[in-house]
Amino acid sequence: MAAYLARRLLGSALILIGISLVTFVLLYLLPADPARQIAGRSATAATVENIREQLGLNLPFYERYLRYLGGLLQGDLGRSYIQRTEVNTLIASRLPPSLLLMAAGIAAELAIGLTVGILAAVRRRTKLDQGLMVFSFVGVSAPQFVVGILLIYVFAYWLGWFPLSGYGTPQHLVLPALTLGFLGAGWYARMMRSSMLDVLQQDFVRTARAKGLGKARVVLRHAVPNALLPVIAMVGIDIGILMSGIVVVESVFGWPGIGQLAWQAIQRVDIPIIMGVTLVAACAIVVGNLIADILALFMDPRIKLR
Amino acid sequence: MKKWLLAGAAAFLLSGPAMTLVTTPAHAQVKQGGSMTVTYKDDVSTLDPAIGYDWQNWSMIKSLFDGLMDYKPGTTELVPDLAESYEISDDGLTYIFKLRQGVKFHNGREMTAADVKYSLERVVNPATQSPGAGFFGAIKGFDAASAEAGTALEGVTAVDDATVKIELSRPDATFLHVMALNFAHVVPAEEVEKYGADFGKHPVGTGAFKLAEWTLGQRVVFERNADYYHEGLPRLDQIVFEVGQEPIVALLRLERGEVDVAGDGIPPAKFLETKNDPKFKDMIVEGSQLHTGYVTMNVKMPPFDNLKVRQAVNMAINKDRIVRIINGRAVPANQPLPPLMPGYDESYEGFAFDPAKAKALLAEAGFADGFDTELFVANTDPQPRIAQAIQQDLAEIGIKAAIKSLAQANVIAAGGEEDQAPMIWSGGMAWIADFPDPSNFYGPILGCGGAVPGGWNWSWYCNEELDARAVKADSMADPSQADARIEEWKKIFTAIQDEAPWVPVFNEQRFTIRSDRLAGPDGIFVDPVHIPVHYDYVYAKDAQ
Amino acid sequence: MRVLRELLRRKLAAFGLAVIALIVVMALLAPVITPYSPDEQLFDGLTLEGAPLPPGETFILGTDLLGRDLFSRLVYGARTSLVIGIVANGVAVLIGAVIGITAGFLRGFIGTVLMRFTDLMMAFPALLLAIVLAAVFTPSLWIVALVIAMVNWVQVARVIYTETISLSERDFIEAERSLGASRLRILLQHIAPHLVSTMVVWATLGIATTVLLEATLSFLGIGVQPPTPSWGNIIFENQTYFTTAPWLVFIPGAAILLLALAFNVVGDALRDILDPKQKGRA
Repeated sequence: MAAYLARRLLGSALILIGISLVTFVLLYLLPADPARQIAGRSATAATVENIREQLGLNLPFYERYLRYLGGLLQGDLGRSYIQRTEVNTLIASRLPPSLLLMAAGIAAELAIGLTVGILAAVRRRTKLDQGLMVFSFVGVSAPQFVVGILLIYVFAYWLGWFPLSGYGTPQHLVLPALTLGFLGAGWYARMMRSSMLDVLQQDFVRTARAKGLGKARVVLRHAVPNALLPVIAMVGIDIGILMSGIVVVESVFGWPGIGQLAWQAIQRVDIPIIMGVTLVAACAIVVGNLIADILALFMDPRIKLR
Repeated sequence: MKKWLLAGAAAFLLSGPAMTLVTTPAHAQVKQGGSMTVTYKDDVSTLDPAIGYDWQNWSMIKSLFDGLMDYKPGTTELVPDLAESYEISDDGLTYIFKLRQGVKFHNGREMTAADVKYSLERVVNPATQSPGAGFFGAIKGFDAASAEAGTALEGVTAVDDATVKIELSRPDATFLHVMALNFAHVVPAEEVEKYGADFGKHPVGTGAFKLAEWTLGQRVVFERNADYYHEGLPRLDQIVFEVGQEPIVALLRLERGEVDVAGDGIPPAKFLETKNDPKFKDMIVEGSQLHTGYVTMNVKMPPFDNLKVRQAVNMAINKDRIVRIINGRAVPANQPLPPLMPGYDESYEGFAFDPAKAKALLAEAGFADGFDTELFVANTDPQPRIAQAIQQDLAEIGIKAAIKSLAQANVIAAGGEEDQAPMIWSGGMAWIADFPDPSNFYGPILGCGGAVPGGWNWSWYCNEELDARAVKADSMADPSQADARIEEWKKIFTAIQDEAPWVPVFNEQRFTIRSDRLAGPDGIFVDPVHIPVHYDYVYAKDAQ
Repeated sequence: MRVLRELLRRKLAAFGLAVIALIVVMALLAPVITPYSPDEQLFDGLTLEGAPLPPGETFILGTDLLGRDLFSRLVYGARTSLVIGIVANGVAVLIGAVIGITAGFLRGFIGTVLMRFTDLMMAFPALLLAIVLAAVFTPSLWIVALVIAMVNWVQVARVIYTETISLSERDFIEAERSLGASRLRILLQHIAPHLVSTMVVWATLGIATTVLLEATLSFLGIGVQPPTPSWGNIIFENQTYFTTAPWLVFIPGAAILLLALAFNVVGDALRDILDPKQKGRA
């Protein structure tokens, strides 16, 4: 197990370095000049050249990358070109809102998804089941930005129950979390339904029913906990999709997280920030996958340690 | 000192037609106190006067720091500020500034001539990476100081604690404007050194306000500088800037009285509704700004090397319709300079909208069937929409312009290449003057100096004869020549427009919305230099 | 034919097929059924102050902020969505299949390299990658399709890889191999045909993902270039007006939802029919 973990951790580190390289290459190809961005519209050629030199933009590609990597290995993500601040500081200030949003999004998708999945499984092959499954399809097919704008329109603009956008109070969190979770809810609903159906057919559940226990009790005490585990384990894999989601949701709701930070940075070719956010997001995805794999391992020891 | 203050008050009362709803008590009777809340969507990037160069932090910095020169509130008229007075030598090459005495930095130390010298050297020092370094090119020794970090700026001397002498290598009629730029604002060396590159997050100046709190991504709070040298200023005790607020939310909160100024203005989508709503009538202040939105035509890329083609494009674009598309938040333009700018030629007629004549001109130029080209535009609303309106107008006369809607940085990069962008719609990146002088609208965007790789002269128009005239105009530094100089600039700009490297499309109007808690002369709510409002002069009615 | 009959027997899938058919017909007949050119900025399409018109008699779905007929733009926008959906996803499935089969069949060094690369792409925040790619290459219809393909092939590669491995470990392949069949022959005759159903399922489900990604990129302003209408960029151009002109956001939004939904239900049904074991997130 320890050897497996060590190997996986090493592999993850290599993946992150690979991602840093791919992103660096792509940003290197961007048809815009960061030195000119910094220098502004009134700069002389000499100023621009100077900035280029100070930032090492005149160095050959490999040297620039190695410099970046060197910093990265020491946990230094560099300085923002435009905001003139440590990328670490910027990300640190933007990460809590994003993490909060993600946590709330996960809570929302699980709460909705699991409820729908359990109901559908228990009422299998009824109108309710069919209706809920259509709902879950709608969930995975709805563009997040449309869901977001619709929720704002109905619940914030029209009914006035929630703030239109922004950050700060629990009320601000509700609509963005629902928007972020809506997509996943559809997916979890379908997974939970099939997981429940598997469990409901297993012997111990039948035994419990045969012993005369009430249906609700059997479902809640026996079936649900067993069906839940494999579904919960998927949350780790879900991180990647959530990461894409927060870019959109933060843009729609004006949420001051890393998605918004990245989007603004791309508009202004603030390369250190784009690099930093990409790596932080990739890190979260890698860790999520790792946790999912380890959980799967505990649940099913037969899985080969490959 | 008193004299200037009085002059400032007089300017208030004269500042024009926008003064109708002023219920202002006379200047001296305004009580200090109260607080206001200003919202922005974007985070404040930096408050370092040597670095900050966006319209949001520009006026915030002006309230934290001061320069030798400033403008009368609500106007574009220069007045000494940290300087008490100044003298210009007859050859226009030496400026001697007498400093105001007893001005203190927020850290309590008295400001002296050495601080002025330090600040100017810092801004041209390449290690500072200031986007404003280029403005100081006229100061003697600029080339050496900007080439190597740590080199002293030869032309700036602290004669004694209260006197600064600045020598120029060439006469520069805009020099006093340059001294009013944020980049020339005075910073204390010890604080800059203490915070290093993070000075922008820990600003310490001499200004009317000082920084009290900064929570990244959420809020910035200014509080009154009790030691401020202008008596009675600032009027407010505190300004709270809340960031991350969508303009539309800001507007609703303003309606509810939670916000006093919507920093990003009235969102376009709500503009008509708000403007036509009687309850907002007294809360909106309209004013002009030093802005022109234009289309550049790259004269190095055929067929735009042909004057007739450029003139045809000028006649093809229906500016009134574009103004209608943006709900009348602008006025159509016919020349590069905005009407507010000295040198604007009211009698100039430019090219009137006339598609038939445009088509004829195109035919004369040998493009009876039109041609294919590209129109670059920044990809933030409403710019792509305006570009599509232009595209349709061009299609009327046979020019098929494909739209390239890209991130702003990519458009700027393409414009700075000789052979990349045949046409660019400048919206979102457009020139808003750094200072109210026609010179600032020429060099970088229409002169030969800007027509270099990476430059901002995206039409790559370079007329050496006009360049020579521009240099000559800017060397008319003697105040007695000021009118003649402006007259010359007027001629230069109309001469350029006859050559049609641009299509000047419109001049944006400003519509500031503020809660009825706030008061002050209207001029400070549409101040041409302080956007969105002149923070120092706003006062709270509830503190009266 | 059997598959089609099966599909039509399922209510949801039949509905999905009908929606797809309707949208395809709409896209093909666009010039016939639209009352205006999608790009024409009509003088009557705006109020005198420049506000868009709500749905009404002249413009059944209203006009947009430039005074263009929303219905006409929507119909032409279907072309954009379908073309990108089919092309981008086709390319993605192709890349994914080639990489997955190659890695699974050859294994060894090449296989390892390919799969490590796939792992790497899996860990990439997909939308960020697409945004950066769209910033590097000036977006046009085909570039957008390519960008999406470059992001979406990864999952296909994973699935095909796993299947190829499990197929090539089956007894009958071992038997062929011991009979001296060439590797290429085994691949073409025995492995590839078994992968077709998986690829068909992905080719359908993936279109839903692709349509959504295209819409998202366009919504962020980095998709298909104006004035070419796409359901995503219609929303992008008009989103800030959602309180004053909600039809400009919610009608195209509903169109995107409907198209993605249709491909999702059809794809899901196909998976059930062709390959009942496969379950997972599409």
